[in-house]
Amino acid sequence: MSEAEVQSDTGIGAPVRRREDVRFITGAGNYTDDINQPGQLYGVFCRSPHARARINAIDTSEALAVEGVVGVLTGADMVADGLGDLPCGWLVKSKDGSDMNSSPHPPMAATVANYVGEPYALVVAESTYAARQAAELVMPDFDELNAVVDLGEAPHSEQIYEGIEQNLAYEWALGDEDATRMAFARAAHVTSIDLTNNRLIPNAMEPRACLGAYDAASGEYTLYTTSQNPHLERLVLSAFVQVAPEHKLRIIAPDVGGGFGSKIFIYAEETAVIWAAGKVKRPIKWVADRSESFLSDAHGRDHITHAELALDDNGRFTGLKVRTTANLGAYLSTFGSSVPTYLYGTLLAGQYKTPNIYVEVQGVYTNTAPVDAYRGAGRPEATYVVERIVEQAARELGKDPADLRRMNMIQPEDFPYETPVALVYDTGNYEASLDRALELIDYDGFEARQARAAEDKKRRGIGFACYIEACGLAPSKLAIELGAGVGLYESGEIRINPTGSVSVFTGSHSHGQGHETTFAQVVSDKLGIPYEDIEIIHGDTGRMEFALGTYGSRSLAVGGSALVEAAGKIIEKGKKIAAHMMEADAENVDFDNGQFVLQDSNQALSIQEVAFASYVPADYPEDLEPGLTAKTFYDPKNFTYPAGTHIAEVEVDIETGVTTLVNFVAVDDFGHIVNPLIVHGQVHGGVAQGVGQAMLEHGIYDEYGQLQTGSMMDYCLPRADDLPDFDIDTTVTPCTHNPLGVKGCGEAGAIGSPAAVINAITHALGNKDISMPATPEKVWRAIQGE
Amino acid sequence: MKISLTVNGEACEVDVSNNTLLVDILRTHLGLTGTHVGCDTSQCGACTVHVDGRAIKACTVIAPQADGMNVTTIEGIGTPDDLHPMQEAFRECHALQCGFCTPGMIMQAIDLVENNDNLDNRSIREGLEGNLCRCTGYHNIVRAIQSVADGG
Repeated sequence: MSEAEVQSDTGIGAPVRRREDVRFITGAGNYTDDINQPGQLYGVFCRSPHARARINAIDTSEALAVEGVVGVLTGADMVADGLGDLPCGWLVKSKDGSDMNSSPHPPMAATVANYVGEPYALVVAESTYAARQAAELVMPDFDELNAVVDLGEAPHSEQIYEGIEQNLAYEWALGDEDATRMAFARAAHVTSIDLTNNRLIPNAMEPRACLGAYDAASGEYTLYTTSQNPHLERLVLSAFVQVAPEHKLRIIAPDVGGGFGSKIFIYAEETAVIWAAGKVKRPIKWVADRSESFLSDAHGRDHITHAELALDDNGRFTGLKVRTTANLGAYLSTFGSSVPTYLYGTLLAGQYKTPNIYVEVQGVYTNTAPVDAYRGAGRPEATYVVERIVEQAARELGKDPADLRRMNMIQPEDFPYETPVALVYDTGNYEASLDRALELIDYDGFEARQARAAEDKKRRGIGFACYIEACGLAPSKLAIELGAGVGLYESGEIRINPTGSVSVFTGSHSHGQGHETTFAQVVSDKLGIPYEDIEIIHGDTGRMEFALGTYGSRSLAVGGSALVEAAGKIIEKGKKIAAHMMEADAENVDFDNGQFVLQDSNQALSIQEVAFASYVPADYPEDLEPGLTAKTFYDPKNFTYPAGTHIAEVEVDIETGVTTLVNFVAVDDFGHIVNPLIVHGQVHGGVAQGVGQAMLEHGIYDEYGQLQTGSMMDYCLPRADDLPDFDIDTTVTPCTHNPLGVKGCGEAGAIGSPAAVINAITHALGNKDISMPATPEKVWRAIQGE
Repeated sequence: MKISLTVNGEACEVDVSNNTLLVDILRTHLGLTGTHVGCDTSQCGACTVHVDGRAIKACTVIAPQADGMNVTTIEGIGTPDDLHPMQEAFRECHALQCGFCTPGMIMQAIDLVENNDNLDNRSIREGLEGNLCRCTGYHNIVRAIQSVADGG
């Protein structure tokens, strides 16, 4: 919807200034570390200094002697208490039909530590200072074992886990291998490429934290934690780890300072803290310092890939073969198995009509931090493969990279389009985004800009990425058949209060996305109730229905759709009440902008009047329950498919290798947009993270498994002066299967931008290959011909 | 040790160990949780406050240094009903998402505008070098600061 069509200044489509901002800009946010409870203790974890070591014994006597120390609890204590392992939520099967090989994953290491930073003991004390001091005095007896670190070598290295040969969790495949082989046999041209997708460390600005408490009187546990999905946390802690039964466990995710996927997962720390709080019968707070975040937050990406693209005489893509080795780290994190498989292989068709695609993925264990979903989760990796190889093919064939893409794109009349890798795209107009992006970047003027740069001893390059993503994983039945351990619906509840104000409960958690504003816009729009009268409540298992939470850009498409359906139920019931009050039949009552209107009359009742009547049911239908509330569990019929074109323009300083991103254009199709201000902000942030991957960020382990990039001084996060202003726009093809016509915008920026930036840099370098991140040293060496 | 300092215009006295960081004095001892801790290497800037009107990272000051200081935190520059122009600009320009870096970012931004003439896109970006944001890509933060620098 364009802004011109917006009906009100707070409804769907309006750039409403965020209501949550007031607390954040005045310092009144309520993050986990801002919360304290009387008598609380402080937890500090002891972490393995070795990438792989047997734990023979842990001597806690000196630590326990430190003044203020209340307890030292070890992994062995958790095992002795009968606590279960941390589960992986997606069972992936190998191509031979066998189940994936899952390594045991105790919350704290009990017998063997498998990566640097893995916790093996929790010190609990009256102050953080005492806990830290005592943690230094916990004396483990380790036998250091050979660590497996190098991803490419891992299948041929020492076996980490008994029974898991070649360190392979699975060998997964998708697509028609024989048909793809035939396509390559007939190809007029084959382009090959070898790629690495660098390991990233998410670095949400708020480190992970938790505050666990146990109330002996009620037997209830309460855990405040930095979570994107508190119900999932509760489910795992009760059903799998068995800390407490689900109805005695309340998880609250208050204000959360960014997630980007890293706060989806169920980690050792909150698990150990809530368990320990029950043992010592006092609240315990743990806050990660940034060094712990680097070591123990789930990392992202980390693939090695060989890909080949077959083309016919005209430049049409006829086949794509991809073989990827994906690093899963030392353990299968909550969704770690699904990221390089179902969220990766299924996206390899991109925006193109490539008829034959075959992908094989080896999921490999190494003695490094677990790898799981990070902004985009599999889809940036897929886009990187497709868009690097397509750009390379264009260069080899001497074709304009925009033209080669255009001639292979799925066209608007082709939808719904079934890809050879299991997805059915519902709608899109890929050329529309490409055309607008070419216009914004002034593609025709590139050669002149390139010539001007050359005068300054700069090489200017331009690079494209036409990406597709799949958001709002769905439907539940399909996902569960493919191995997901949970459904993929979302819950929503609308309560019209007796005075006409509205309390809305959503299972989607907001940790920067602005749900409190956007969701209020949606409900206001659907019910004709003033935006100011609507409160959005999220992030507390004690207040709302079971929910799946926030990941995969699903909040509005799934959580927002749940609220639209709940609003529909409110209106249906309201019609019955209004009809009774107006002495008419419900089918003769229409609902329009907050008014129940009797057809062919001047009679109308406001939704507030109807709500009041529902709670004071004197003049009220006999067969109707009092109250005006509605709940929905919305299960999407399909994924949504945002798509777009990103174009990067860079200048490389020939003498120093310093590369400057001088221009970046993103044109995205997110379907209808509820709040353009927020959508643009999501794109900015996503692009910045993608540019970070392409040019700056790299999580590096040395050969012994020590993390070399374990602080913000060593791991290069994008800073303000690393980035340009971004030039962004949107095109619209509404999603066909959800009631808002929305697709999701959270990850697109991080999906398209890495390939666009690297394509621009390799263009500037005369098609010399460069791996991410394209640091000045790498670029300089490439210029020097090394 | 006992130290005295002025925070947001009020005289305060705290009894802390001498290795306590100013940011912990503010958060733990004075309950001013608007100032955040995002790292342990003085890289992120989430703890930026003003000391005698200039932005500093509160994780770089220890208790003996803080004695006698005049500190302003995010809680001291405006209220929901009477926002500082920089707070207003951050909201207007959607210059924050998760909000965690925001207090430090706003304190740094105020320092930038008050102590520099002719700020442009480049100099604003360079002036934010010590403050990390992972959500916004800085685009709207730069826009907000520029709007205040330009006088509205």
